[in-house]
Amino acid sequence: MDKDVKLYALSTCVHCKNAKKFLDEKDVDYDCTYVDRLSGEERQEAIEEVKKHNPNLSFPTLLVGDTCIVGFKKDEIEDALEQL
Amino acid sequence: MSRVEDLYAKLKPLMEKKGLYFNKDQDMVWPLLESLVVNKDRYGYTACPCRLASGEYEKDKDIICPCVYAAQDVEEYGSCYCGLYVSKEWNEGSIAHVHVPERRPPEKAMAALGLEGPA
Repeated sequence: MDKDVKLYALSTCVHCKNAKKFLDEKDVDYDCTYVDRLSGEERQEAIEEVKKHNPNLSFPTLLVGDTCIVGFKKDEIEDALEQL
Repeated sequence: MSRVEDLYAKLKPLMEKKGLYFNKDQDMVWPLLESLVVNKDRYGYTACPCRLASGEYEKDKDIICPCVYAAQDVEEYGSCYCGLYVSKEWNEGSIAHVHVPERRPPEKAMAALGLEGPA
């Protein structure tokens, strides 16, 4: 699988941690960006990217192909992964 | 006593008086308390671990744990946004464990971060 899965997370957030664990357990190949650990331009770019998909800028924001899942919602993540 | 244990011991009686109970799920509580310690060191205050803080006290005031939304979330859903504080019913398992949506107004979050509001 190529990197069609992108997780925007906060390093301190438990729901983000659980989403990450869930993807790991499913052996999903994904990119993870911890927005809270970024600064300057990198942080602004990540924020803009998240806002594009999730205007509320909340975490975790998970992009699976064209689907955006906000929050750790197992069923929705599973469905989206199946569609890939 | 570690800082996390110290925080737990200090907060427990204070929060229970307000009807906010630590989640009985230890896999939630300890990582979240550790994150509060991380944020305390990072920002100087215990910013909510599940929200992007600006790093400026005045702008993050509403999301300093326990955030101003916690009581309302526990009342309506049985849990705060992070899952650190819950109701007795949540811990007893007598209510469904639902996903708690973000109650903080997006305009507020955007303004705190110096961004334009949602389109």
